[in-house]
Order: sequence, then structure tokens, then C-alpha cells
Amino acid sequence: MPVSDFQVVIGLEVHAQLLTRSKIFCGCSTEFGGEPNSHVCPVCLGLPGVLPWLNQKVVEMAVRTGLALGCRIRDRSVFARKNYFYPDLPKGYQTSQYEAPICEGGEVEVTVGGAERRIRLTRIHMEEDAGKNVHDVSPDGASGVDLNRAGVPLLEIVSEPDLRSIDEAVEYLKTLRAILMYLGVNDGNLQEGSFRCDANVSVMRKGADRYGTRCEIKNMNSFRFLRQAVEYEVRRQVGLVEDGKQVVQETRLFDPDRGETRSMRSKEEAHDYRYFPEPDLPPVLVPPELVARVRAELPELPRARAARYQGDLGLSAYDAALLVSERAVAEFFDAALAAYGSGPEAAKRLANWMNGEVARLANERGEAPSAWKLTPARLAEILRLLDAQTIGGPGAKAVLEEVFATGAEPGEVVRAKGLAQVSDTGAIEAAVDAVLAASAAEVERYRAGNKKLMGFFVGQVMKATKGKGNPAVVNALLKKKLGE
Amino acid sequence: MSGSDSELTGLSLREAGAGIAARALSSRDLVEAALARIAATDGRVGAFLEVTAERARAQAAQADQRAARGERRSELDGVPVAVKDLFATKGVPTTAGSRILEGWKPPYDATVVERLEDAGAVVVGKLNMDEFAMGSSNENSAYKPCANPYDLSRTPGGSSGGSAAAVAARQVHGSLGTDTGGSIRLPASFCGVVGLKPTYGRVSRYGVVAFASSLDQVGPLARTVEDVALLLGKIAGHDPRDMTSSARPVDDYLAALEEGARGLRVGVPREWFQGGVDAGVERSVRAALAVYERLGAKLVEISLPHTKYGIAAYYLIAPAEASSNLARYDGVRFGLRAEAKGLREMYAETRERGFGAEPKRRIMLGTYALSAGYYDAYYLRAQKVRTLVRRDFDEAFRVCDVIAGPVSPTVAFPLGARTQDPLQMYLGDVFTITCNLAALPGLSVPCGLHGESGMPVGLQLVGRPFDEATLLRAARALEREVGAPSPPSLREGAEVRGQAPSPPSLREGAA
Repeated sequence: MPVSDFQVVIGLEVHAQLLTRSKIFCGCSTEFGGEPNSHVCPVCLGLPGVLPWLNQKVVEMAVRTGLALGCRIRDRSVFARKNYFYPDLPKGYQTSQYEAPICEGGEVEVTVGGAERRIRLTRIHMEEDAGKNVHDVSPDGASGVDLNRAGVPLLEIVSEPDLRSIDEAVEYLKTLRAILMYLGVNDGNLQEGSFRCDANVSVMRKGADRYGTRCEIKNMNSFRFLRQAVEYEVRRQVGLVEDGKQVVQETRLFDPDRGETRSMRSKEEAHDYRYFPEPDLPPVLVPPELVARVRAELPELPRARAARYQGDLGLSAYDAALLVSERAVAEFFDAALAAYGSGPEAAKRLANWMNGEVARLANERGEAPSAWKLTPARLAEILRLLDAQTIGGPGAKAVLEEVFATGAEPGEVVRAKGLAQVSDTGAIEAAVDAVLAASAAEVERYRAGNKKLMGFFVGQVMKATKGKGNPAVVNALLKKKLGE
Repeated sequence: MSGSDSELTGLSLREAGAGIAARALSSRDLVEAALARIAATDGRVGAFLEVTAERARAQAAQADQRAARGERRSELDGVPVAVKDLFATKGVPTTAGSRILEGWKPPYDATVVERLEDAGAVVVGKLNMDEFAMGSSNENSAYKPCANPYDLSRTPGGSSGGSAAAVAARQVHGSLGTDTGGSIRLPASFCGVVGLKPTYGRVSRYGVVAFASSLDQVGPLARTVEDVALLLGKIAGHDPRDMTSSARPVDDYLAALEEGARGLRVGVPREWFQGGVDAGVERSVRAALAVYERLGAKLVEISLPHTKYGIAAYYLIAPAEASSNLARYDGVRFGLRAEAKGLREMYAETRERGFGAEPKRRIMLGTYALSAGYYDAYYLRAQKVRTLVRRDFDEAFRVCDVIAGPVSPTVAFPLGARTQDPLQMYLGDVFTITCNLAALPGLSVPCGLHGESGMPVGLQLVGRPFDEATLLRAARALEREVGAPSPPSLREGAEVRGQAPSPPSLREGAA
């Protein structure tokens, strides 16, 4: 029985580090990296006698996220202790939320293969990150513990098992990531682990009314690994079922080197976390005024923005999707459009440049919009120079590249590099005359009917004018001289 | 020097501070007298786990310089005190009475230590205690036993045994302890001193090695009610580092101290006198109640019907929280680490060697109570009992202003008498535990001597939330009538003592 006879069922648990400056229960920096154990204090080291102090920014970001995803926000939520031993967990318990998380319900709308799907959320809760065990750091083979990350605030966002394909899972994750970045609560960095995900995967025969036994897969720090891991896991589980064997409920670790998952611990070995309400923290109260303020401050989210781009600006779904995929890019576009013009034509022209040359240069240079030397005003200026035929297409690309690299004013670049288009009929006419005089044979063949040679003449004239000849003027003059 | 060492160490905290203010005494004199007294007596008493003589001398010198400039940080400026060894003290060993923290020097000070030192008090050392504050006799200290200064063959009570014994033995003028189920009030009653457990949230727990976070509370011990009021005034108040500390303003505990008991409604819980209380203890307690009546207070019989469930609920909630609080002692970052071949073995060996029998017992009880499948039946049920206990008190406080009764069913018992029977030890906390469960303030004040043994008996007063002022006022009214026990002999065996008619005089040559 092939895989296609099975229905895949996936639920995702996302851990997103919140973009607060300080940790969730102390004043230490949340900055990534740094010398091991340089961003620590008695509180995040879990020294005897210390107590947690809740960073209110964490609550605010959780509320913002919950509102953006349509969750119910609890006016009273409770922190709980999740007890287990591990060297990277200083207190021997993680301060998390259990029975009363700050957000419940909600959904993420995703578009997969043109179809709209609503993926329901179970809950969102606040918790602290653990540190990191570091191996092979000491000549005697001892492992180290780096607690810089211990106490960095996390949101855990748990979906219902609503995802029915790997594509849906990947799309859900991408959409969620974009939303969190839009909200300014997460930097979306999978490599550094600030956006992580675990997947609960099961399979059932199509038409079955009960879910199969699920496995939880950990350690997927890219979209590609998520895809590989889930694909592997689905094949593995289908194989087991086909062989008449049982899928065992367990936690499995993805090995990116081998592209497979392997058992980490079985259900019997699963921790009993012995959750109980955290006595060191009073319940978290979210008054209606806070909800109202955060709601009023919510930014326009990707789907709303894309709809606006298509509806108001007449952009294609494709262009709109590209522009909104990152908040900074969309904001750049909005600002550039405001500086450049209005109406569908201006928007389309700007979108082409944004999704074309600008995206290419940003990719090449590996720069995030925040690092661009190109400003919306400068991009608008380049397009205006192009519209005014001060520069031609190739010139505009050259100016953009220079502005992107140096941040210079486009007008300056045009002057300094002599990129201004020559529209002066006299100068171009001289070049046309020279080209025609030097190409008597081609002129002969053209007049005999080989009209394709027009391209050749234009090329020669552009070469003679070092690419600065206004193509329209060149064309008109050539046609005139060639007797049309 | 304006008095012999024994005169100096016998001064109340208030008197010692006033002596410095009047330039009749120096902080140096007081600190040297305290250090000498500790050196001379602590071999027998065993109240101190660490004496910080050099640090204390340096602080005394600073206090004297301030006094010379006419500066006073507070009434406590320059006066020697000591703190239970579970308060984090920067650079000074802090063991919580456990081997697992042997040699650990915190990089920070507990809020209450900071506040004491900001008030100018000189901390001369760290006091003996039951391991992680788990115990009622101080016999669970991993380091050494502590004795009752009134009879060295008896327990000082626990878990703040050192805090009570040091004050009773005139080693320091006041101390800090913690009370999770009676750990300030019980030793205060056994050692004939005054001890107050404030309302949960009145005093910061930041820097206090945690036993049971929802029950632990810091409080003062001293030889007079006034001194306890003074100390409480210095340590109480909101601390941004403890989110469970209250933002309520701190009352002026001295203002109403002398207002007497007239008009006070004193609740007498029926359940606290229904057998099980030693006859001599009951006589002293009833005598104290009679004093209140004579002073114009009104005795009101009340009922606290859920008292009998207190111990059962407490021994689920406290161990549950303890099992989690003690997880950080894993050998990874501080304290004891046993060498072993793997991580799990290191954890197991470290905790096997580092914890004594009582913490192990409570870790097991608490882990069980929180386990999947048992949580609802144990932990959750215990929390419901807690609500009922609190309701009992709420109901009672509609008809009375304070509740009075025994602190403990017995006076200080002989060392070793209960070490083989943990349950019997636990049952001794029956009257103190409900106060912690209900988060209320409770106080022990001496109310006379036990007829047969001559040991001190304490009267327990329980108040409304954050109404420490009324408790102190009521305690002071009794103290004025009954007086404090005379200084202890530091000998073994029972002896007959009278009541000290008045505090020792400050004047030269007087006694």
C-alpha cells in the first residue's frame, strides 16, 4: 500500500524567542552569543534564594501575538513549574505555563496550492528558555554549560493536529514566522534557534476515523530539515503499519546528517514533569485596558497587506505575496511608493523593481532591509530619473547597484559616472551617420528587406554612444536615415 | 567602656542602640562583648555556624565613626545581631544547615540582610538551623546540634533554633529567622524569647534559601516585644525582587505598642484546648488569658474546625514545593559535587551525600504528591484544605481582633526524644501550621514558666492579615505584666528560676 493511501496528520509546537532586551525573570541581556556565561546573574543562574521578577514586556508581546492570531486572552493566567533535571536547566524546573496559559484558541490562515486553510491553535503560553550544554570544550573531555540563553523569554505556540500535508506544515510555519516578525516579537532566525519547532506526526489510512499513534520530532532548525524529517517520519510510520507493526509513541530526534529520525525516549521513559503552580509568581493579570491598547497598536498583518496591495494597488497575487513576506520589505515598498507616486501603474513599476533588481541585490549581498543603504526615497528618485529618461534601463540598474553599495544620492551617481542618457539629436545623429557609413553592406541588405538588421544598427549606435543614447531617439533617427 | 560584658550583652536591642546614640556606649564595645560572649558560650549552645568577627568589627568601626559625626542610620545602628544561615550573605558561607551547600559563598545579599545593614545593624554571624529549615528541634542540622540555653539537654526548637538560642543566651540582641510551619514561633517559645512570623508577603523572601515558597516568611526574634517591633519595621515592606511581597505601606509598629489590651477582643479557639496539650503549658496559657481579661480585654470563644487537617495539608504542600525548590542542588553549578562517571550518577551521588534524612524524606513525599495521577488527590486536595483553613480564620476575625493559644503542646523536649519518630515531631506543629497555611501573622511571647520543668512557655497570638501592629500591642500588654524569663544558666537539667522584674539597667555598677 503506497504512502498516498495514508493521511498524514501533523501538529506543530513552535518556540519563538521574544525580542525583549532583557530576560523574562531578571535584567540580563537577551543578546545572542557573547562569551559563555557572560549574560548571567544570580537569578538566571538559579542560585539558592533568588526569585523571579516577571518582565512585563513579555506579557505585552504574548498579548500582541494572541490578538493577532485571534486567540482568547486570559485576564488571569498562571505560571507553573515543569520539573526535570538537566544541566542546562539551572533551577531543576522550567518556569512555564500549564493549566492556565495566557492565550487559548485562535488560528493561522494559510494558502496552500491556491487553497485557503485555517489551522486552529490550541494555546500560546509564556516560558523561559534553557541554557545550552557545550561539548568538546575541555581537553579532559568534560562538557560545559552556557547559561546566556537561560531565561530568554519564549512563546510556545501549539497548533491543533490540523495540518494534513508536509506542504501545509511548511506553509503554516512560514506564515506564522512572518506574522511574528510583523508583530516585532520574534526575529524569525531558525539557525540561531530563535524560531524553533517540534512536530507531532502520525499517519492513518484515508477514511479512518481515528488518528494513528503520534511521534514527536525534535531538532529541525530549517524549513528544509522540517520537510526532510517529516517526510522520513511519514515513510517510516507507513512502513510500520504496512508491515502490520505498531507505531510506538515516543520522542524522536532528527539527524540532519543522515536525513532520518531516531528514537530519543519512549513513552515509558517520558518525564513526569510534576507541574504545579509557581508559588514565586502571582497570577498574571491582563486588564482590559492593556488588551485595548495592544489591539490599537497592532500593525497591519501580511494577509491584510497583501489584500490591500491587490485590491487598492492592483498588484498581482504573486507580487503582493513577495512584498509582504517580510514586514521591513513591505514597509520599504510603502514608503517608496509614497515618495514615488500613486496609482496602479506606479505601484506595478515599483513592485517590479522591488521584487526584481532590489531583491536580487539584497540576496547577493545577504543584507536584511534594516542594513540596506538604499532608502525608499533613493529608490523613488532612481525611478523618477528613469521616467524622465535622464537615464535608461541599463543606467538605472547601474545607479541602483551603486546606491545599494554606497548609499550615494542617485543624481550624484548619474553625474559622477556619466550615466545620463544622451537625447541630444545632433550628437546621436553624428553617431548614426558614422555607423551607417561604416556598415554599407548591412544597409544594403536592410533596404533589400532584412528588417531584422535594425537591432544590429541600434546596437552599434549604443556602442558608439557608450550606452547613453536615448533608445527612442536612436530608433527614430535610424528609421529616418534608412528611408522609412 | 561603660559596663561589664554581661551588662552589655544583656541590654535589649533598643537599649543598646540608645546607648550608642547617647555616646554612652560604642558599637565596638557591643560587638566585642557579643563576640566574647559567643566565644565563651557557643561551645555549649551551638547557635552559630559561622562567626564573621572581622566583618563585624569593621562595621562596628564605621558605626562608631557615624556616631562620632552625630549620624544615626536608625535605632539599630551599631547593634550586633545575627541571621539564620539560610539568608544569602555576600562572600560569607551560607549553608542552610546542609552539607550540600558546604563552603558556598553567595555573590549577593538577601534583601533583609541589606535592609538590616542599611539600618546600621552589625551582623556578627550565621545561625544554626535544621537542614533547609526542615525540622522542629534543630537536630536536623548537618553541622552540629544546638541546645536550649535554659536547659542544655533540651532542644531549642526549630527550625530557627540558632536564632532563638543566640538571643536567649545573650549572644546577640536580636536575630532573624524564617517560619514555614512554626519555625520562628516554636523556638521562640522554647527559648523564652519573642518571635514573630509576619503576614506572608510582608517581608521580602529574596535571598532566602527556599524551603516551601508559598509558606516561608522571614521574621525577627528578640528578648522584648519592642525589639521585635523595631526589627520588623526595618525589614518589612515591598521589594521589587520578590513579586509575592506586598506593596501595602508598612505600619509604624512602635506607635501603638503601649496602648494596652483594653477593649481588645481575644479569640480563644476551642480546638486548641481539646486535649493533647501538656497540663503545665495549658496552665500558663490560661493564666495569660486571665491577664488579658484583667487588663480589660474581652475573651471570645471561637472555633477553627479545620485545625485538625492542617498538618496533613501542610505535609503535602510544603514537601511538594520543597521537592521542586531543592532540585537546583544538582552538583552542576555550586556547592557539593560528587565525582561520578556519568551525569545521572553525579546527580544521584551528589544528592545522596549532600542531603540529610529529612530533606530526602520530604523530597520523596513531595515528588509523590505531585506525580501524575496523584496530583489531584494530594496536592490539589491539600490546597482546598488550605482555603478552608483560611475561611475558619476569616470567620473568627469577625468576632475577635487577635487569636490566642499555645504555640506548642509541650515545652522544649529533651534532645533525641523525637528524632526516631518524624510523625511525632510533625505533630508538635499543630497550632502553628494553620497560621502559615492561611498566610497570617503569628507571634510567640513568653507567658511564664512551666511548673514541673521550669522551662519557658510561649503564648501564640495570631492576627488579621497585615495587622502585625495589633499583635505586637497585645504581646506588649502581656509582657508588661508577666515579664521576660530571667537570663538562662546555660547548664543541663531543670532549675527553678524567677521572673526578671525589669530589664538590666544601663547604669554603671547597678544590677
